[in-house]
Amino acid sequence: MSESQTTKIQVRGLSKVFGSQPKKALELRDQGLKRPEILEKTGQTLGLSNISFDVKEGELLVIMGLSGSGKSTLIRCLNRLIEPTEGDIIIDGENIPKLNEKELLQCRRRHFSMVFQNFALFPHRTVQNNAEYGLEIRGVDKAERTQKARDALKQVGLDGWEDAMPSQLSGGMQQRVGLARALANDSSVLLMDEAFSALDPLIRKDMQQELLELQHRMKKTTIFITHDLDEALNIGDRIILLKDGEIVQIGTPEDILTNPADEYVARFIEGVDMSRILTARHAMRPVRATAREDDGPRTVLRKLSENGLDSIYVTTRERKLLGLVDADAADQAAKDGEQSIKAILHDDFPRVGPDEPLNNLFAMFNEKSRPIAVVDENQRLLGVVVKGAVLAELAESGER
Amino acid sequence: MAIDIPRLPLGDWIEGGLDYLTTQFSAVTRGISHVTQGGINSLNDALMWMPAWSLIALIALLCWRMSGVRLAVGSALGLALIWNLGLWDPMIESLTLVVIATLVAVVIALPLGILAAISNRFYAIIMPVLDFMQTMPAFVYLIPAIPFFGIGSVSAIFATVIFSMPPAIRFTTLGIRQVPKELIEAADAFGSTRSQKLVKVQLPLSLPTIMAGINQTIMLALSMVVIAAMIGADGLGNEVWKAIQRLRPGDGFEAGIAVVILAMVLDRLTQSFRKTKKAQ
Ligand SMILES: Nc1ncnc2c1ncn2[C@@H]1O[C@H](COP(=O)(O)OP(=O)(O)OP(=O)(O)O)[C@@H](O)[C@H]1O
Ligand SMILES: [Mg+2]
Repeated sequence: MSESQTTKIQVRGLSKVFGSQPKKALELRDQGLKRPEILEKTGQTLGLSNISFDVKEGELLVIMGLSGSGKSTLIRCLNRLIEPTEGDIIIDGENIPKLNEKELLQCRRRHFSMVFQNFALFPHRTVQNNAEYGLEIRGVDKAERTQKARDALKQVGLDGWEDAMPSQLSGGMQQRVGLARALANDSSVLLMDEAFSALDPLIRKDMQQELLELQHRMKKTTIFITHDLDEALNIGDRIILLKDGEIVQIGTPEDILTNPADEYVARFIEGVDMSRILTARHAMRPVRATAREDDGPRTVLRKLSENGLDSIYVTTRERKLLGLVDADAADQAAKDGEQSIKAILHDDFPRVGPDEPLNNLFAMFNEKSRPIAVVDENQRLLGVVVKGAVLAELAESGER
Repeated sequence: MAIDIPRLPLGDWIEGGLDYLTTQFSAVTRGISHVTQGGINSLNDALMWMPAWSLIALIALLCWRMSGVRLAVGSALGLALIWNLGLWDPMIESLTLVVIATLVAVVIALPLGILAAISNRFYAIIMPVLDFMQTMPAFVYLIPAIPFFGIGSVSAIFATVIFSMPPAIRFTTLGIRQVPKELIEAADAFGSTRSQKLVKVQLPLSLPTIMAGINQTIMLALSMVVIAAMIGADGLGNEVWKAIQRLRPGDGFEAGIAVVILAMVLDRLTQSFRKTKKAQ
């Protein structure tokens, strides 16, 4: 994730009161009262209170919290399936709460597609017609929408099932249809409310993986709701933690694991935070390829491209780590007719011993996101740790 | 301490109101009467022009397609019995009245039912009205029909429509309100307009329920059409009526059995329609 991402949605001071006297509830909120007291005093539920955050173009933002924390309310305020009580939601310059009915309709069609926890497929429509729904109501002509729906179904691995009815499919497949319905629509933001929570664990893992791949391919701005920390860590670029209708922390999975904002977050991640006993050895993977000190730039380039790498470690015959060579430098050296890589060898990457605790590793991933080299006391290369592996290891050990 | 509360002249008021309506709207009622009578006559003529056996075959075929062999054979035998008893023409007359009354009732009931499903205020207004319409003894409707449309089949249709409409309205409302909230959310989330939501989601999903309502409407219409013989409607009711006046219980029962057969065929047929719709 680079810093130059543009902001897709700005949410500012968003609040939602369920009940007939929202003003009263908000006044009490401004006096510093919390949800339970407000409920007791006025009978109004403070669903969301003063929520502000940005959604960046192309990111996968996870909103996490316990049941009743206001996740569904928040995501539904974005497309006004629930009317916000106050606050701004700005998408591409439009302030959603201020739109009139017609503009809202257009805004929903253009910007939002939603995937639901219990799939919410139309039972009287075939898989194909479900996937076409969003396009159909926008008046897209038959040939085009057939094609787009087909493509979307293919994306989620459902080609051949176009004519089935939703009731003939398993849960996982039904949710794929739900996903295809959202993708076919070609809207700019994907809203997913506990989209995988109704699936059994194995299928759920698969779906997470597929969503990640899809997201990687299509770079679609996605807001994903879950009450499951593993899921959040696994797929989120950033995570927003909600409690009683308020944001307690916004951050990358690393931020949340390493610096829990408060007791609540800390308790949330308690089950997961095994990082103190886990070390680099646990998360380390074998090195896919290394170069020798006497390799020429062309050999290095071939090794890089064969293994799909953009940098490669250089070792001695005894696997003693000498340094790293970047692809662009090797490319330049080859063009300049250099015979040796000694000149372009550098030391600008993190290296740790195998017993380094995992939670120390987060800080080491620099902005170029180079992997961390793991070396023994004789500087021999044992393996590498990539960013994702740390999280995966943490998440998995949380499950055990 | 007896306070003498004067009797409320409720009946007088109603009569006054009806008088007012009949004089004010005589042109309208005459128009309606004309059109309805025309409809009744042409449908009657068409059905009677067909030889009885061919209509029986047609209905049996329909039953076979919609339901199966059993219903096809059953209705063919039942209808043949009616033919054999010499009650074919009165049966056709009754059928015509049922068909036309049901059509009119459904055409009025669908929009009302949809409105009641969408608007809570309209729901609050119409439900007591429906209760009233359904608990009022059936033949009371016959009386105001006469000043509007005179003695005969048009009055019968008028009374029948009013009497048989409530279930169609109720079930339409019920069916639409029963559509799962999640599906409504899904339709909204993709930016459906209100009418798109109605046509593409709410109505198709409530169709089985609406069909159940229409089935009840047909049954009520048939029962009313028989009673409407009291105000001069033709058909099987009239046969029963004649049998009563001539004190011939045998004839009366024959006509009664014909009514039962017609009712069963109509009921099973509409039910099977509902089921096949649901299975799709
Ligand atoms: N229509 C409503 N009327 C009154 N209160 C509501 C309404 N909808 C939600 N709430 C309340 O608002 C709070 C937040 O609800 P919300 O459904 O957003 O929680 P959630 O985080 O999605 O929980 P879950 O994980 O159970 O889905 C809850 O206390 C809930 O009871
Ligand atoms: Mg929820």
